[in-house]
Amino acid sequence: MLPADGKKAISFQHLIANGDLIIVYERHDNLKAIKVCDGSELQNRFGVFKHSDWIGKPFGSKVFSSKGGFVYLLAPTPELWTLVLSHRTQILYIADISFVVSFLEIVPGCVVLESGTGSGSLSTSLARAVAPTGHVYTFDFHEQRAASARDDFEKTGLSNLVTVGVRDIQGEGFPDEFSGAADSVFLDLPQPWLAIPSAGKMLKQDGVLCSFSPCIEQVQRSCETMRLNFTDIRTFEVLLRTYEVREGKTDFGGSENGSPISSLPCKRRQCSSEIDNNRGDNKYSTAVMARPSAEAKGHTGYLTFARLKCIQ
Amino acid sequence: MAETNLQNDSIQNPRITWEGCSVLLDINDGDRLVFARLSAASSLKIGDKKCALSPLIGCPFGSLFQVETGSKGPYLSRIVAASEDDIQEKSDLQLKDETKDNRALVDNNSAQTLSGEDIDAMRRQGATGDEIVEALIANSSTFEKKTSFSQEKYRIKKQKKYAPRVLLRRPFSRSICEAYFKKYPARIGYLRVDTLSLLLSMANVSAYSDVLVVDMVETSIIGLSFIFPPKWLPASHAFEAIGWNLEVNYMASQFWFFTIENSIFYLHLGYGYVCNTYFGATQYPMDIVRIFNLNNKICGSILRSPVSDLCLASSNSSEHHGQQETFSLQSESDMGESISSGVSLIEPEGQVVQMETSFQSVEPSMPCQVPMSTDETVTSSVSRACKPAKPGEKATPEILNLWKSNGFSSLIIAAPELDTWSTVKDLLPLLSYSAPFAVYHQYLQPLATCMHNLQVSKMAINLQISEPWLREYQVLPSRTHPFMQMSAFGGYILSGIKICNNNEAQNQSK
Repeated sequence: MLPADGKKAISFQHLIANGDLIIVYERHDNLKAIKVCDGSELQNRFGVFKHSDWIGKPFGSKVFSSKGGFVYLLAPTPELWTLVLSHRTQILYIADISFVVSFLEIVPGCVVLESGTGSGSLSTSLARAVAPTGHVYTFDFHEQRAASARDDFEKTGLSNLVTVGVRDIQGEGFPDEFSGAADSVFLDLPQPWLAIPSAGKMLKQDGVLCSFSPCIEQVQRSCETMRLNFTDIRTFEVLLRTYEVREGKTDFGGSENGSPISSLPCKRRQCSSEIDNNRGDNKYSTAVMARPSAEAKGHTGYLTFARLKCIQ
Repeated sequence: MAETNLQNDSIQNPRITWEGCSVLLDINDGDRLVFARLSAASSLKIGDKKCALSPLIGCPFGSLFQVETGSKGPYLSRIVAASEDDIQEKSDLQLKDETKDNRALVDNNSAQTLSGEDIDAMRRQGATGDEIVEALIANSSTFEKKTSFSQEKYRIKKQKKYAPRVLLRRPFSRSICEAYFKKYPARIGYLRVDTLSLLLSMANVSAYSDVLVVDMVETSIIGLSFIFPPKWLPASHAFEAIGWNLEVNYMASQFWFFTIENSIFYLHLGYGYVCNTYFGATQYPMDIVRIFNLNNKICGSILRSPVSDLCLASSNSSEHHGQQETFSLQSESDMGESISSGVSLIEPEGQVVQMETSFQSVEPSMPCQVPMSTDETVTSSVSRACKPAKPGEKATPEILNLWKSNGFSSLIIAAPELDTWSTVKDLLPLLSYSAPFAVYHQYLQPLATCMHNLQVSKMAINLQISEPWLREYQVLPSRTHPFMQMSAFGGYILSGIKICNNNEAQNQSK
């Protein structure tokens, strides 16, 4: 998934090969991760796709099924992975993920501790941020979940950057070997306040902690605990509003005193062809218009950041 | 190389400041943020007091200082653990439940019996800031009637005025962006920190990736966030500026900033190159490079190339290399032009002579080695070609070809002055297939138009316009709520993934 020294993740020269992990894109809301395997087939509502047809094509290619349906084959990125990974738990999405990475000041070479691992959505982005010389140590008390996460990091080629441990961080804290070694710590736990003292021990001086909690009561309690060893305690909520774009037709109606402008959004392809046909006809004009999508995620969780107090 | 090693030695523990290091100073809990360079001579004006910054040298980042007045005038004194405990106790007081309210408060400005003259007299007698704050509280007739929450507020307000605190911070792209957004949002094109983070994620920025960046906001936060964070790059050296010492003195309420005009950064993150490319006629200043006091390795990796060379690299780059071709922006009228032509070179209106700068005059006539992706090779080839390495070498035809044959792995555009669609249309062909891109704009319409055109021309998929929304909370016992004031807008991002046009692919694979 990530480029390495001398090895590019994507390039004009890089063609899909047997064994590659690819993201099959049907629509923006329908994506799937697949390991290319000569002889295998992908079957979906667009027909049957032979993996063998894909090998040797560039990433980003449009490929057709026996029935003439098509999908796109994309190179995996942490953002796409977040959309396709199997949800073993509630996961973090791009707005929270990117905010966490930048607020935790994670740069190449950092050592980051995380708990719980969950489905590994954030871990994947953390790994990208610490690469090539840093490392992410992520812990989950659920043995099976940890094993699945490990498999996923193997699949995405990140196992040299992420180590999954099985441990009850709320109960036992982080392992002592990381004392004073972590640049940043991320907690996504039901009772983060139990793990905060340990997180403080793990952090280098001036290191940053983040706790993600869906409920304000959790935040309240975490903040009280943080006040003992941490400073710069700040809580945020970050959400995304997306926009729909349509080419609309505006009817001037020929009347000079400006009848209320009515816009008739229609399929863009039709409109675009109409522009050409109606050129010179000044009764209608088309314009690209945008409006916020009607539905959006209203809440994911609160992100609380705090910096280890500098005491000596 | 020896010099590089020395530099590295001097920054073995980047969590402690050193002389010559650049820092972010947070004054009075975020009221003011100042970038400063620590030296024996540098000073900072806080309120009406000028304090030397030398006491900050050798302290860990995160240290807190308070302005005290000594016999030789005001100075910054480090607040150590013991006194911090006091602060902690004070704020713990407010945890108790309250029955007090403001029914007895009369706002007639007579509550404080201590006059300005009294305070001045105390100061002359050498009272510390904390003592003045205590005296103010003791002489406030209403203080006891206040809720402990507003007592604390009162105390903080007075402390800020009479005993200002300075917090020593490592300058990070996040904190720099926040600082600018708070004070001078226009200078960073209203790019809020969450939007900046999102841009970097959406463009899949990582080590060894080849990011093409068009960053034309006045203060290049995006360019900065690439070059700045890597640890092997001395964080504070990176931010060392020309005339920084001077600036610190007169910077009272002004952020020091730098300008990058008409520049595109090509960045091979961490180990490779920054290729500063330009649209338009005027040679932009390489201010960013002078700002970052970079070591040889980094300087050697900053290259420049006009867009025309980038676009032409495949066909016959060696011919075009070195020619002073300029690339003018396509106006809106060009929008109907065929998209499939991978090359867009338009002669500028009127003859424009490209200015030679001192950077360009060191353009090596001897060819650099074809760089491999390993930083060692790059370093050695560059340092051989030009000692000491100067930033802004023109990209060699070999490097251009390398870029062309691989394609960039992502594209970030933050260029409010450029027509979004024509910029995207021109630069997208430089991107590898399946490469993500992210375009920032503070207005929605240019992105909507661009998205629509990309859809119609089937150049990209997974297109989305997003607007991040960020709300900060006050979290206090029984007093948790969103902040009363918030930023209502942090910019829009158009993101997408370039797809492989089959014809193009066939040409490529030949």
